[in-house]
Amino acid sequence: MSKLRVLIVEDEADIRRFIRLSLEREGMTVFEATTAAQARIESASRQPHLVIVDLGLPDEDGKDFIRDMRNWSSAPVLVLSARDREEEKVEALNVGADDYLTKPFGVPELIARVRAQLRRANVVSVGRTSSVVKFGTIHVDLATYEVIRAGVPVHMTPTEFRLLTALIRGYGKVITHRQLLLEVWGPGYVDRPHYLRVYMTNLRQKLEDDPAQPKHLITELQVGYRLAGIST
Amino acid sequence: MKATRIDPDHFLQVIANENKDSARGQLKIFFGACAGVGKTYAMLQAARQRLHEGVAVLVGEVQTHDREATRRLLEGLPGLPRRTVQYRGLTLHEFDLDGALAARPSLVLIDELAHANAPGSRHAKRWQDVEELLAAGVDVYTTLNVQHLESLNDIVGGILGIRVRETVPDQCFDHAADVVLVDLPPDDLLARLDAGKVYLPEAAEQARRNFFRKGNLIALRELALRRVADRVNIDVRSYRDRKSVHTVWATKERLMICVKAELSHEKLIREGVRLAQHLQADWIVVHVDRPRGARTQGMREALLRLTKLAESLGAEFANLPGEDVAQTLLEYVRTRNANKLVLGRDRRQLRWPWSRSLADRIADANPDLGLILLSAARPAPRARVPLAARSPAGTGTGLRPHLRSLLLATLACAFTTFIASLLLLFFDSSNVVMLFMFTAVLLALRLGRAAGAWGAVLSVASFDFFFVEPRFSFAVSDTQYLFTFVLVLAVALVTGELAARLRFKARMATEGERRATAVALVARELSGAIETEQIAAVCTGTIARLFAARIALVVPDLEEHLTCADQAEFVDTSVAQWVYDHAQPAGSGTQVLPATEALYLPLKAPMRMRGVLVMCMEEGSLSPDPDERRFLDACCSLIGLALERTHFVEIAQDTLVRMEGERLRNALLAAVSHDLRTPLTAIRGLAETLEPNDLPAEEQASVSRAIRLQTESLHQLVTNLLDLARMQSEGVRLNLEWHALDEIIGSALRRLSSVLAGHVVRTRLAADLPLVELDAVSFERVLVNVLDNAAKYTPAGSTVQIHARASADTMHVFVEDDGPGLPSIDAERLFEAFTRGTKESSITGVGLGLALCRTIVEAHAGTIDVERCVPHGTRFEIRLPLGTPPHIDQETLS
Repeated sequence: MSKLRVLIVEDEADIRRFIRLSLEREGMTVFEATTAAQARIESASRQPHLVIVDLGLPDEDGKDFIRDMRNWSSAPVLVLSARDREEEKVEALNVGADDYLTKPFGVPELIARVRAQLRRANVVSVGRTSSVVKFGTIHVDLATYEVIRAGVPVHMTPTEFRLLTALIRGYGKVITHRQLLLEVWGPGYVDRPHYLRVYMTNLRQKLEDDPAQPKHLITELQVGYRLAGIST
Repeated sequence: MKATRIDPDHFLQVIANENKDSARGQLKIFFGACAGVGKTYAMLQAARQRLHEGVAVLVGEVQTHDREATRRLLEGLPGLPRRTVQYRGLTLHEFDLDGALAARPSLVLIDELAHANAPGSRHAKRWQDVEELLAAGVDVYTTLNVQHLESLNDIVGGILGIRVRETVPDQCFDHAADVVLVDLPPDDLLARLDAGKVYLPEAAEQARRNFFRKGNLIALRELALRRVADRVNIDVRSYRDRKSVHTVWATKERLMICVKAELSHEKLIREGVRLAQHLQADWIVVHVDRPRGARTQGMREALLRLTKLAESLGAEFANLPGEDVAQTLLEYVRTRNANKLVLGRDRRQLRWPWSRSLADRIADANPDLGLILLSAARPAPRARVPLAARSPAGTGTGLRPHLRSLLLATLACAFTTFIASLLLLFFDSSNVVMLFMFTAVLLALRLGRAAGAWGAVLSVASFDFFFVEPRFSFAVSDTQYLFTFVLVLAVALVTGELAARLRFKARMATEGERRATAVALVARELSGAIETEQIAAVCTGTIARLFAARIALVVPDLEEHLTCADQAEFVDTSVAQWVYDHAQPAGSGTQVLPATEALYLPLKAPMRMRGVLVMCMEEGSLSPDPDERRFLDACCSLIGLALERTHFVEIAQDTLVRMEGERLRNALLAAVSHDLRTPLTAIRGLAETLEPNDLPAEEQASVSRAIRLQTESLHQLVTNLLDLARMQSEGVRLNLEWHALDEIIGSALRRLSSVLAGHVVRTRLAADLPLVELDAVSFERVLVNVLDNAAKYTPAGSTVQIHARASADTMHVFVEDDGPGLPSIDAERLFEAFTRGTKESSITGVGLGLALCRTIVEAHAGTIDVERCVPHGTRFEIRLPLGTPPHIDQETLS
């Protein structure tokens, strides 16, 4: 199997260095770009499996690069952003990024996210053969609308199921409030995040062992939600 | 050369005047001896010239008197429509001051500077309108006749035989930028009159006979010329002042003009002022207030007029209390450094042959003092003041009490006679006489001079009639009784006089004391006020009562708009605004807007204007008594000072708050510098040990981990610092949304997963917790700080519990640990910035975390507290208010 190719777009040399070293240790090939212009060239020529983009680039807004890249590539995009810039993250996710890392971040976290994105890409590209999705002790049958937890069926309302499906479909990505509301409820509910929160609470209570410390239905505060831990 | 001292104050005044002048408009007066010399014509010619040069000219008010040539000059000059005023059924046309101010031309033409405005206008006189225009920066051309000048008013009156009522103060004339003398020799003027160029032909003969006598014209012309020459003198002198620096200054002369409370002394003041101008000296007007005798209404009015005259001429008026005129004057001369005294020659007073005149007494006491004796005018024959009007000492005014006291005196004498007749049986007549004397003295004491005198005469008469041989007749056989009579009369009169004087002094003293107590009361109440509302309360309460008036206080708000402290109907805000801007009183009794109901007084404080006091008398108008006025002025000063004090109290409070902020910032900087350097030092040191690359592997790994942990704690510190600093400077800005608490708790726990790795974490959240309105990021910060605190101060293996429950209107969140528990210091102080349980411990963290928590929680209108657990441990409780979450459409289960 050919090595996985990763493109890092980051202007700070030391950050680039440690990301490169960490990823190369994991057995990936890493390409670097310091500006958005350079990133466009590199992404087109190298065809990476994953792109890591810093939102604070010197020449252009990282989001524009992501938006343009999305026109011709479906490779997962991981954005690097500073703390307290939730709107920035949400915007980046809305234009096509899949996940984010808040600076300062540690190496384990980086590796975990990278692996999660790559795995997802694999799952999606390979194509789902069965309509059953498993995570932890939960089994979800997308065709029959059945949800079973540790052998016991769970009752869910249609909206809850739709929400779960949306999360599954976006597995590995961080899905923003806006995207979820749009998908599950419709355009009229885009600015009513409290609906989402109430329903997510219900889901967590029905599906998680400890709703306050969820293992699968992860909350990214002020940004969105993420489903983790799918086992193929 | 004699070293001379340059007077720095004088130069400061010059500079101040120049600065003032540059913003002011320029006044050009076309001055003439009398009507018809061609002043209006000259003014219009000059104006046309300026119009030609491109200046915006506006015709305010020009009298053509139907003279053809003048009317032709008016053509082409834009005019300002006049204001119509209705007065007693007549329609009068007046110059529109507000219209001129609004139009803002560069130059306004206004004829007849001395004109008196119709009642209801803002100012009583036209020269005041002109002053306002000049202050607003508008140039003015105007005309004036010599007889309208205040200081020359009486001389001209003497020449023409008629007094002119409309006058202009000399200050206005002297401070005009330019005076153009329009001169015409009397013969030419008479020729013009004959030719009909001055007045309409029909009225010419009459006018000529009454006014245009050649002698008059010559005298007037000379006056005008001389007056303008005086002005030039002043001009030249001030020019020299400005241009030269080291001129020799003669010590300034100062003239003190002493007046009595008589109308005739008006002439004395004017003469004195002219003399002072001649001598280029300063002048003050003084009046010695003697307590002897009652001050009649006439004297009070005369004093007031003299005060007004002095002030309008620009002099200071001092009212000095004192018994001995000469003594008081000499002391004041010494205080004020006057070198010449101007006295009125008192020629009508009858005097004892041995008593010396005032001038002689002063000359004896101080031979060095220059004395100038001027004759006051012959006093107008005093209207006979009816007996009733003069208030006798002790009794009220009016005829009836007077008659009553005389009647009582008669009765008393009758009674005494009766007693005497009884006593005569036992005593000698010479002793009985004492009884009559006693009666006369008693009557003088109790009923006043008139009754005392009458009683004395009656006593003596009845004694003579009833008890002196031959009895029952007025023949006096023994001349020695004549002596007794005279003595009794004298004693009675003297006693009466003394008693009256004593009573008057007592009354004056009580009056004075009453005023002094009133001022002290007002001052005491104002000194206790620290807010404007309290000052307003003092005004409407105490001060209003003292003056028997309604009082309102008008103060400016932050944008310099005047607002009334409590809405009073008699306050007109536009007048108040004018008074505030111009720092001059207005309203009833003043020259400005005299028809207004209330009196508006500016409240001046040492730094600036503080407001306006509005006073509306209950009945009648404010008494013109100078003492009352002075009391009112004192009250105004006190109020102004009190307002200034409250203003500064507010500033002081603000400053204290800011100083506290500064203190915190400084403490922050100090603490930060230590707590930032510590981890940085560690990181650097650790990194340097890795560089040589000769450490064993596990050692390397642990060093790397140590570096990582240090950076994490550094990150925590920096985050807290930035948050706290941002909140202190911008205030807490919350992005409130309805959140589920468990999400935030979960996020916080995830964030601290590595820190809490060695601890046991348990959560217990009620299943149906409602949504809470929170700023998620900030509240996560709070939980992170509290949990971090729990992790840092408890040993590994301890349990950290988080539970939450909701009551009716509050959400309770608890973070508990079972570690060693709170340190000995007060739990509350933990939340203060930079307080830590154990000072200078090895645990880093400045002590900001909990302070930040409190700031955020309180910004959510919640509370955060800490308490000890039993047997050991700490519990943090966060309370948040529950609102009503937005409605969610429920749906049924599938």
